[in-house]
Amino acid sequence: MKKQRIAAGVQSLLTEEATCLATTEAREPIYTRPDSLTDTPMRFCPGCTHGIAHRLIAEVLDELGIKQRTVAIATVGCSVFAYEFFDTDAVQAAHGRGPAVATGIKRCEPDTIVFTYQGDGDLAAIGLAEVMHAAARAENFTVIFINNAVFGMTQGQMAPTTLMGQKTTTTPRGRSIEQGGFPLNVCELLAQIPGVAYLERGTMTSPKYVRQAKRSVKKAFQTQMDGLGFSLVELVSSCPTWWHMKPLEALKWIEEVMLEQYPLKVFVDKLEAGE
Amino acid sequence: MFKIVIDQQRCKSCGLCIEFCPKSVIETNPELNEAGFHAARIVSQDDCTGCGSCALMCPEACIEIYRVEVEAPANA
Repeated sequence: MKKQRIAAGVQSLLTEEATCLATTEAREPIYTRPDSLTDTPMRFCPGCTHGIAHRLIAEVLDELGIKQRTVAIATVGCSVFAYEFFDTDAVQAAHGRGPAVATGIKRCEPDTIVFTYQGDGDLAAIGLAEVMHAAARAENFTVIFINNAVFGMTQGQMAPTTLMGQKTTTTPRGRSIEQGGFPLNVCELLAQIPGVAYLERGTMTSPKYVRQAKRSVKKAFQTQMDGLGFSLVELVSSCPTWWHMKPLEALKWIEEVMLEQYPLKVFVDKLEAGE
Repeated sequence: MFKIVIDQQRCKSCGLCIEFCPKSVIETNPELNEAGFHAARIVSQDDCTGCGSCALMCPEACIEIYRVEVEAPANA
Protein backbone atom coordinates (compact mmCIF):
# COMPACT_ATOMS: atom_id res chain seq x y z
CA MET A 1 0.00 0.00 0.00
CA LYS A 2 2.78 2.41 1.03
CA LYS A 3 4.80 1.43 -2.01
CA GLN A 4 1.84 2.16 -4.25
CA ARG A 5 1.42 5.60 -2.70
CA ILE A 6 5.11 6.41 -3.24
CA ALA A 7 4.88 5.19 -6.83
CA ALA A 8 1.83 7.43 -7.41
CA GLY A 9 3.70 10.37 -5.87
CA VAL A 10 6.72 9.79 -8.09
CA GLN A 11 4.42 9.51 -11.09
CA SER A 12 2.71 12.84 -10.33
CA LEU A 13 6.08 14.52 -9.83
CA LEU A 14 7.24 13.19 -13.17
CA THR A 15 4.15 14.50 -14.98
CA GLU A 16 4.57 17.87 -13.24
CA GLU A 17 8.17 18.06 -14.43
CA ALA A 18 7.10 17.11 -17.94
CA THR A 19 4.54 19.96 -18.06
CA CYS A 20 7.16 22.36 -16.67
CA LEU A 21 9.55 21.37 -19.46
CA ALA A 22 6.77 21.70 -22.01
CA THR A 23 5.93 25.22 -20.86
CA THR A 24 9.60 26.28 -20.83
CA GLU A 25 9.95 25.16 -24.41
CA ALA A 26 7.03 27.36 -25.45
CA ARG A 27 8.97 30.54 -24.77
CA GLU A 28 9.16 33.64 -26.87
CA PRO A 29 12.60 35.28 -27.13
CA ILE A 30 12.70 38.96 -26.09
CA TYR A 31 16.42 39.38 -26.36
CA THR A 32 18.97 36.92 -27.75
CA ARG A 33 22.60 37.11 -28.83
CA PRO A 34 22.73 38.85 -32.26
CA ASP A 35 23.39 36.65 -35.33
CA SER A 36 26.13 38.96 -36.56
CA LEU A 37 28.35 38.00 -33.61
CA THR A 38 30.30 34.75 -33.84
CA ASP A 39 30.33 32.24 -30.97
CA THR A 40 33.89 33.23 -30.03
CA PRO A 41 33.98 34.53 -26.45
CA MET A 42 35.02 38.21 -26.25
CA ARG A 43 38.70 38.57 -25.37
CA PHE A 44 38.30 41.97 -23.73
CA CYS A 45 38.92 42.64 -20.01
CA PRO A 46 35.90 42.28 -17.66
CA GLY A 47 33.59 45.29 -17.88
CA CYS A 48 35.22 46.78 -21.00
CA THR A 49 32.64 48.61 -23.10
CA HIS A 50 34.24 47.34 -26.34
CA GLY A 51 31.93 44.34 -25.85
CA ILE A 52 28.82 46.56 -25.68
CA ALA A 53 29.92 48.44 -28.81
CA HIS A 54 30.45 45.14 -30.68
CA ARG A 55 27.01 43.95 -29.63
CA LEU A 56 25.32 47.19 -30.74
CA ILE A 57 26.95 47.06 -34.18
CA ALA A 58 25.93 43.38 -34.56
CA GLU A 59 22.34 44.20 -33.55
CA VAL A 60 22.22 47.03 -36.11
CA LEU A 61 23.61 44.75 -38.88
CA ASP A 62 20.89 42.22 -37.99
CA GLU A 63 18.11 44.80 -37.96
CA LEU A 64 19.10 46.37 -41.27
CA GLY A 65 19.62 42.90 -42.81
CA ILE A 66 23.03 43.80 -44.26
CA LYS A 67 25.23 41.17 -42.58
CA GLN A 68 25.84 39.28 -45.84
CA ARG A 69 27.22 42.30 -47.69
CA THR A 70 29.15 43.95 -44.87
CA VAL A 71 32.94 44.20 -44.69
CA ALA A 72 34.45 45.09 -41.32
CA ILE A 73 37.85 46.76 -41.18
CA ALA A 74 39.71 45.75 -38.04
CA THR A 75 42.51 48.10 -37.01
CA VAL A 76 45.33 47.99 -34.49
CA GLY A 77 44.72 48.13 -30.75
CA CYS A 78 42.23 46.21 -28.62
CA SER A 79 39.89 46.69 -31.60
CA VAL A 80 42.06 44.30 -33.65
CA PHE A 81 39.98 41.25 -32.71
CA ALA A 82 36.92 42.63 -34.53
CA TYR A 83 37.48 40.11 -37.33
CA GLU A 84 37.06 37.25 -34.86
CA PHE A 85 33.86 38.58 -33.30
CA PHE A 86 31.84 39.91 -36.26
CA ASP A 87 30.32 37.21 -38.44
CA THR A 88 31.02 39.28 -41.57
CA ASP A 89 33.87 39.56 -44.05
CA ALA A 90 36.79 41.44 -42.56
CA VAL A 91 40.12 42.98 -43.48
CA GLN A 92 42.88 43.77 -41.02
CA ALA A 93 44.38 47.18 -41.80
CA ALA A 94 47.78 48.56 -40.80
CA HIS A 95 47.92 50.90 -37.79
CA GLY A 96 45.65 53.89 -38.42
CA ARG A 97 45.02 53.00 -42.07
CA GLY A 98 41.47 51.68 -41.60
CA PRO A 99 39.81 54.55 -43.55
CA ALA A 100 42.29 54.14 -46.44
CA VAL A 101 41.54 50.39 -46.74
CA ALA A 102 37.80 51.09 -46.40
CA THR A 103 38.05 53.66 -49.21
CA GLY A 104 39.59 51.04 -51.51
CA ILE A 105 36.96 48.40 -50.75
CA LYS A 106 34.02 50.80 -51.02
CA ARG A 107 35.24 52.21 -54.35
CA CYS A 108 35.80 48.74 -55.84
CA GLU A 109 32.55 47.27 -54.53
CA PRO A 110 30.07 50.14 -54.02
CA ASP A 111 27.28 47.72 -53.02
CA THR A 112 29.09 46.50 -49.91
CA ILE A 113 28.55 48.11 -46.54
CA VAL A 114 31.97 49.00 -45.16
CA PHE A 115 32.74 50.05 -41.62
CA THR A 116 35.96 50.51 -39.68
CA TYR A 117 36.20 49.85 -35.96
CA GLN A 118 38.95 52.03 -34.51
CA GLY A 119 40.22 53.01 -31.10
CA ASP A 120 41.53 56.44 -30.14
CA GLY A 121 45.18 55.39 -30.34
CA ASP A 122 44.55 54.24 -33.88
CA LEU A 123 42.21 56.93 -35.21
CA ALA A 124 43.30 60.03 -33.27
CA ALA A 125 47.08 59.42 -33.19
CA ILE A 126 48.68 57.61 -36.13
CA GLY A 127 45.53 57.53 -38.27
CA LEU A 128 44.33 61.14 -37.93
CA ALA A 129 45.36 62.05 -41.49
CA GLU A 130 43.55 59.05 -42.99
CA VAL A 131 40.24 59.79 -41.28
CA MET A 132 40.42 63.52 -42.04
CA HIS A 133 41.06 62.95 -45.74
CA ALA A 134 38.43 60.23 -46.00
CA ALA A 135 35.94 62.73 -44.53
CA ALA A 136 37.15 65.49 -46.85
CA ARG A 137 36.66 63.19 -49.86
CA ALA A 138 33.15 62.39 -48.56
CA GLU A 139 33.89 58.66 -48.77
CA ASN A 140 30.71 56.69 -48.26
CA PHE A 141 31.57 54.41 -45.33
CA THR A 142 31.07 54.32 -41.57
CA VAL A 143 33.65 54.71 -38.82
CA ILE A 144 32.96 53.50 -35.28
CA PHE A 145 35.42 55.38 -33.07
CA ILE A 146 35.99 54.01 -29.56
CA ASN A 147 37.45 56.76 -27.35
CA ASN A 148 38.74 55.48 -24.00
CA ALA A 149 41.51 58.07 -23.48
CA VAL A 150 44.41 55.57 -23.31
CA PHE A 151 46.32 53.10 -25.48
CA GLY A 152 44.67 50.01 -23.99
CA MET A 153 46.44 47.12 -25.73
CA THR A 154 49.99 48.39 -25.18
CA GLN A 155 49.47 48.81 -21.43
CA GLY A 156 47.84 52.17 -20.94
CA GLN A 157 50.12 54.86 -22.37
CA MET A 158 48.96 58.44 -22.97
CA ALA A 159 46.81 58.87 -26.09
CA PRO A 160 45.96 62.16 -27.88
CA THR A 161 42.56 61.95 -26.18
CA THR A 162 43.94 61.56 -22.63
CA LEU A 163 42.42 64.19 -20.33
CA MET A 164 44.44 66.96 -18.66
CA GLY A 165 45.88 65.66 -15.40
CA GLN A 166 44.97 62.03 -16.19
CA LYS A 167 47.53 59.52 -14.94
CA THR A 168 48.74 56.94 -17.47
CA THR A 169 51.88 54.79 -17.70
CA THR A 170 53.71 57.52 -19.64
CA THR A 171 52.27 60.43 -17.62
CA PRO A 172 52.67 59.13 -14.04
CA ARG A 173 52.12 62.62 -12.57
CA GLY A 174 49.16 63.35 -14.82
CA ARG A 175 49.07 64.83 -18.34
CA SER A 176 50.55 68.34 -18.42
CA ILE A 177 50.67 70.99 -21.14
CA GLU A 178 54.50 71.01 -21.14
CA GLN A 179 54.79 67.28 -21.64
CA GLY A 180 51.71 66.14 -23.55
CA GLY A 181 49.82 69.21 -24.71
CA PHE A 182 46.04 69.35 -24.89
CA PRO A 183 43.50 66.58 -25.55
CA LEU A 184 42.18 66.25 -29.10
CA ASN A 185 38.42 66.36 -29.79
CA VAL A 186 38.07 64.44 -33.04
CA CYS A 187 34.34 65.08 -33.55
CA GLU A 188 34.78 68.84 -33.23
CA LEU A 189 37.55 68.71 -35.84
CA LEU A 190 35.49 66.64 -38.28
CA ALA A 191 32.35 68.72 -37.81
CA GLN A 192 33.84 71.49 -39.97
CA ILE A 193 34.37 69.23 -43.00
CA PRO A 194 31.50 69.44 -45.52
CA GLY A 195 31.93 65.80 -46.65
CA VAL A 196 30.70 64.51 -43.29
CA ALA A 197 27.08 63.33 -43.45
CA TYR A 198 26.58 61.93 -39.97
CA LEU A 199 28.60 62.69 -36.85
CA GLU A 200 27.57 61.95 -33.29
CA ARG A 201 29.24 61.36 -29.94
CA GLY A 202 27.60 58.86 -27.60
CA THR A 203 28.53 56.76 -24.61
CA MET A 204 27.51 53.46 -23.02
CA THR A 205 27.42 54.15 -19.30
CA SER A 206 23.79 53.27 -18.58
CA PRO A 207 20.88 51.51 -20.36
CA LYS A 208 19.60 54.93 -21.52
CA TYR A 209 22.89 55.86 -23.17
CA VAL A 210 23.31 52.35 -24.63
CA ARG A 211 19.92 52.74 -26.36
CA GLN A 212 20.97 56.19 -27.65
CA ALA A 213 24.30 54.79 -28.86
CA LYS A 214 22.53 52.02 -30.76
CA ARG A 215 20.25 54.59 -32.40
CA SER A 216 23.27 56.62 -33.53
CA VAL A 217 25.11 53.54 -34.88
CA LYS A 218 21.98 52.60 -36.82
CA LYS A 219 21.68 56.10 -38.25
CA ALA A 220 25.33 56.04 -39.31
CA PHE A 221 24.81 52.79 -41.24
CA GLN A 222 21.56 54.16 -42.71
CA THR A 223 23.49 57.24 -43.90
CA GLN A 224 25.89 54.95 -45.72
CA MET A 225 23.09 52.86 -47.24
CA ASP A 226 21.46 56.05 -48.53
CA GLY A 227 24.81 57.10 -50.03
CA LEU A 228 24.91 60.45 -48.24
CA GLY A 229 28.63 60.43 -47.40
CA PHE A 230 31.05 59.91 -44.55
CA SER A 231 29.58 58.87 -41.19
CA LEU A 232 31.34 58.55 -37.84
CA VAL A 233 30.08 57.67 -34.38
CA GLU A 234 32.38 58.35 -31.45
CA LEU A 235 31.60 56.19 -28.43
CA VAL A 236 33.16 57.39 -25.17
CA SER A 237 34.26 54.10 -23.61
CA SER A 238 35.86 52.78 -20.47
CA CYS A 239 39.18 51.02 -19.90
CA PRO A 240 38.82 49.66 -16.35
CA THR A 241 42.20 47.89 -16.50
CA TRP A 242 44.38 50.90 -17.41
CA TRP A 243 42.33 53.45 -15.52
CA HIS A 244 42.88 51.12 -12.53
CA MET A 245 39.18 51.17 -11.64
CA LYS A 246 36.41 48.65 -11.18
CA PRO A 247 34.01 48.40 -14.17
CA LEU A 248 31.27 50.38 -12.43
CA GLU A 249 33.66 53.07 -11.11
CA ALA A 250 34.98 53.47 -14.67
CA LEU A 251 31.46 54.12 -15.99
CA LYS A 252 30.86 56.71 -13.23
CA TRP A 253 34.20 58.37 -14.07
CA ILE A 254 33.10 58.71 -17.70
CA GLU A 255 29.86 60.42 -16.66
CA GLU A 256 31.48 62.72 -14.07
CA VAL A 257 34.83 63.60 -15.67
CA MET A 258 35.19 62.47 -19.26
CA LEU A 259 31.91 63.83 -20.62
CA GLU A 260 33.01 67.36 -19.61
CA GLN A 261 35.83 67.17 -22.14
CA TYR A 262 33.81 65.10 -24.63
CA PRO A 263 30.18 66.29 -24.40
CA LEU A 264 27.47 64.11 -25.99
CA LYS A 265 26.16 65.79 -29.11
CA VAL A 266 24.87 65.26 -32.62
CA PHE A 267 27.27 67.33 -34.71
CA VAL A 268 26.05 66.61 -38.24
CA ASP A 269 22.92 64.74 -39.31
CA LYS A 270 22.12 64.98 -43.03
CA LEU A 271 19.82 61.94 -42.68
CA GLU A 272 17.42 63.89 -40.47
CA ALA A 273 17.83 67.03 -42.58
CA GLY A 274 16.71 65.00 -45.62
CA GLU A 275 19.58 66.13 -47.84
CA MET B 1 6.64 35.62 -16.61
CA PHE B 2 10.17 36.22 -17.86
CA LYS B 3 13.16 33.95 -17.90
CA ILE B 4 16.76 35.21 -17.99
CA VAL B 5 19.45 32.82 -19.17
CA ILE B 6 23.05 33.79 -18.32
CA ASP B 7 25.82 31.84 -20.03
CA GLN B 8 27.88 30.90 -16.97
CA GLN B 9 31.02 30.12 -18.96
CA ARG B 10 31.11 33.40 -20.93
CA CYS B 11 30.43 35.73 -17.96
CA LYS B 12 33.48 37.65 -16.67
CA SER B 13 31.93 38.92 -13.44
CA CYS B 14 32.04 42.65 -14.30
CA GLY B 15 28.84 43.12 -12.27
CA LEU B 16 27.17 45.63 -14.61
CA CYS B 17 23.98 43.52 -14.95
CA ILE B 18 23.75 43.24 -11.15
CA GLU B 19 24.17 47.01 -10.75
CA PHE B 20 21.70 48.05 -13.44
CA CYS B 21 18.92 45.54 -12.59
CA PRO B 22 16.08 47.63 -11.11
CA LYS B 23 14.61 44.58 -9.33
CA SER B 24 17.87 43.07 -8.02
CA VAL B 25 17.15 39.63 -9.45
CA ILE B 26 20.80 38.90 -10.30
CA GLU B 27 23.66 38.10 -7.92
CA THR B 28 27.24 36.80 -8.09
CA ASN B 29 27.68 33.05 -8.12
CA PRO B 30 30.08 32.07 -5.28
CA GLU B 31 31.39 29.20 -7.40
CA LEU B 32 33.98 29.83 -10.11
CA ASN B 33 33.35 29.11 -13.78
CA GLU B 34 35.88 27.44 -16.10
CA ALA B 35 37.66 30.74 -16.78
CA GLY B 36 37.96 31.45 -13.04
CA PHE B 37 35.29 34.15 -12.72
CA HIS B 38 32.39 34.39 -10.28
CA ALA B 39 29.67 34.48 -12.93
CA ALA B 40 26.35 36.30 -12.46
CA ARG B 41 23.33 34.13 -11.70
CA ILE B 42 19.61 34.59 -11.10
CA VAL B 43 18.32 34.80 -7.52
CA SER B 44 14.64 35.55 -7.87
CA GLN B 45 13.39 34.75 -11.35
CA ASP B 46 9.76 35.57 -10.44
CA ASP B 47 10.57 39.26 -9.76
CA CYS B 48 11.98 39.82 -13.27
CA THR B 49 9.95 42.29 -15.33
CA GLY B 50 11.80 41.59 -18.59
CA CYS B 51 13.04 45.20 -18.92
CA GLY B 52 16.25 43.99 -20.55
CA SER B 53 18.62 46.38 -18.72
CA CYS B 54 20.96 43.48 -17.86
CA ALA B 55 21.21 42.35 -21.49
CA LEU B 56 21.71 45.98 -22.63
CA MET B 57 24.67 46.47 -20.29
CA CYS B 58 26.28 43.03 -20.74
CA PRO B 59 29.63 43.46 -22.56
CA GLU B 60 29.86 39.73 -23.26
CA ALA B 61 26.39 39.46 -24.89
CA CYS B 62 25.84 36.37 -22.73
CA ILE B 63 22.38 37.25 -21.32
CA GLU B 64 19.24 36.11 -23.13
CA ILE B 65 15.67 36.96 -22.08
CA TYR B 66 12.53 34.98 -22.87
CA ARG B 67 8.85 35.47 -22.16
CA VAL B 68 7.51 32.20 -20.76
CA GLU B 69 3.81 31.37 -20.92
CA VAL B 70 2.86 29.64 -17.69
CA GLU B 71 -0.41 27.69 -17.67
CA ALA B 72 -2.31 27.60 -14.39
CA PRO B 73 -2.44 24.06 -12.93
CA ALA B 74 -5.83 22.42 -13.59
CA ASN B 75 -6.49 21.33 -9.99
CA ALA B 76 -5.20 24.46 -8.23
